[in-house]
Amino acid sequence: MIKKIVLMGNPNVGKSVVFSRLTGAKVISSNYPGTTIDFSKGKMRLDEEQVEIIDAPGTYSLESSNKAEKVAVKMANDADVIVNVIDATNLERNLYLTLELLEGDKPVIIALNLWDEAKHIGINIDEKKLEKILGVPVVPTVALTGEGIKTLVSRIKEAKSPKKIKPTVEEGRWIEIGSIIKKVEKVEHRHHTLRDRINDLTIRPSTGIPIALGIIFISFWIVIFIGENLSLLISEVFERGYKPILLGFGEIIGDGHIYNILISQDYGEIVFSESLGILSTGLYLPLAVVLPYIIAFYFMLSILEDSGYLPRLATLVDNVFHKLGMHGYGIIPMFLGLGCNVPGALATRALETRKQRFIAITLLAIAIPCMAQMAMIFGILGPYGIYYIGIVFLSLIILYVTIGFILNKFIKGTSPEIFLEIPPYRLPSLRTTGKKTWMRIKWFLKEAIPFMIIGVAVINILYTAGLLQELARLLQPVMEGLFGLPGEASTAMITGFFRKDLAVGMLLSLDVNAYQLVIAATMLTIYFPCVAAFIVMIKELGVKDMLKSAAIMLSTAAIVGAVLKIILIGV
Amino acid sequence: MHKKGIPLVHLQKGKKGKIIYIHGGRHGGSNFGHHGHYGFRNRLNVLGIREGQIVKVDSKQPFMGPITISVGNCQMTLGRGMAHKIIVEEI
Repeated sequence: MIKKIVLMGNPNVGKSVVFSRLTGAKVISSNYPGTTIDFSKGKMRLDEEQVEIIDAPGTYSLESSNKAEKVAVKMANDADVIVNVIDATNLERNLYLTLELLEGDKPVIIALNLWDEAKHIGINIDEKKLEKILGVPVVPTVALTGEGIKTLVSRIKEAKSPKKIKPTVEEGRWIEIGSIIKKVEKVEHRHHTLRDRINDLTIRPSTGIPIALGIIFISFWIVIFIGENLSLLISEVFERGYKPILLGFGEIIGDGHIYNILISQDYGEIVFSESLGILSTGLYLPLAVVLPYIIAFYFMLSILEDSGYLPRLATLVDNVFHKLGMHGYGIIPMFLGLGCNVPGALATRALETRKQRFIAITLLAIAIPCMAQMAMIFGILGPYGIYYIGIVFLSLIILYVTIGFILNKFIKGTSPEIFLEIPPYRLPSLRTTGKKTWMRIKWFLKEAIPFMIIGVAVINILYTAGLLQELARLLQPVMEGLFGLPGEASTAMITGFFRKDLAVGMLLSLDVNAYQLVIAATMLTIYFPCVAAFIVMIKELGVKDMLKSAAIMLSTAAIVGAVLKIILIGV
Repeated sequence: MHKKGIPLVHLQKGKKGKIIYIHGGRHGGSNFGHHGHYGFRNRLNVLGIREGQIVKVDSKQPFMGPITISVGNCQMTLGRGMAHKIIVEEI
């Protein structure tokens, strides 16, 4: 009786795509290790029965070398059937895990994935012969298009543990693999393909660095273009469709505290970006201002991930990141952090040492604004011109580099070198990219909206109770003397703990000029992560290290605020 | 004709070499933090990079940056320190 099926395979073999084909469930699949550590689980129908199916983390061998691989091994031990997904373009290397699996006593079936690609580059595999030699079913698949998946499902019950492979040591396995390869694989001589040329150009420093800058520039341009236009569109819906309804609802409630909390501080008037009502600003900011950029950002990020470009970028920037105490892989948490600091912090797990992770997380919290916050920064500073937005981002870039450099000098521990597989370029499929973007958007909505509503409610209640005004009065000397900001800016700083985007939005209602907005927006980015990111960072670093990290954040924010004030406004 | 091996890091860009030895055995390689118990050699081996294989240097990043190599259909980036531990014979 089959109850649990586990997918096992090397990283980058399209295992997650096979998984999503089998289950139809929503899974995230990517080219780099960070996201597959959290495994996916789903259900599939097999002979009228519901069967559990698990996508184990990618592993090269059962002699696990890291946490994710240990998880994979445990999962294999619990399986009723193991579906071993192997990369037909890299048969030799993939067979190592296969032999290890076949030495055990779990029934195995093999999905020979990337079958089309193997043929395309001149690798011909006699799958029937391979099936005969290994003694288990071997099904060629192209997970991206779904080819072969039906056959795979129909043959799952044929999976077996033939005991044809005698347990041996590493050396013995490689000899065995060599003899299998000789019998089943024919490689035609291949010419340099366009893909090889692109690969070469993007990894060679002289051409790769200009291309990388170009790709990053174009990506951000696309994000801003899509984001801006979507935002205009959704705002229109809010203004024309939602506002009349909300005004009507307001008349029913009548003026009072409930009206203030739900709709607006001023009776009868709704300015979506400033009114601070749960039903007005609380919905408008996440849906009309932030969501458009989130959609655009994750769409571009998914394309960059699925194409396989990120490991090349990591190679090109390794040098710089090594000086900051990390290695090239550090660009991945940074990139993810530009979407949201939470997945960014989770991705730091792929860095090997405590020192690297501490630096990566601290820099993430200080210098990487999330897309939500960036959207708001564009929103409030955009009208004044690109120059002001430029100051904010230039300050953050300078901080990222200087603080990384300093931390690398003073934090104890080692920073191992980069060791990263470069998967071949693959054309991202619209289906996988779309699915992944959708998953991330759903995640954003689930995470952002509750915090936004809580944030708006807390601020609103504190405001109604008069506590915020009191605090603003108390902090007035510090805010004004040190940072050149009005006392009320302290309110935004408190709000920033709940949602940074909401906090930036609150600056709008202050009577400030462009330079003051620049100072406040920069400080809001640096001083502390939002509560969601903060919780994840505590989990990743532990309380002690997080306290250290937080001390660095707060002092950096104070110094940067003061320095910017002197430069921009004068003493 | 037996040529003396050189560290992979000294192989020029675009050149190929046959791997004759990889330093950093199963229980060595403290270079990898908590992966320490699992040697450098093993990490390479499971990727299909072993003694006897032909390795090609695809690119070298400037200022002591990492190098990118390929073995068969597998391409990877590794630091120069690691590339020092792979001894090859130029072909």
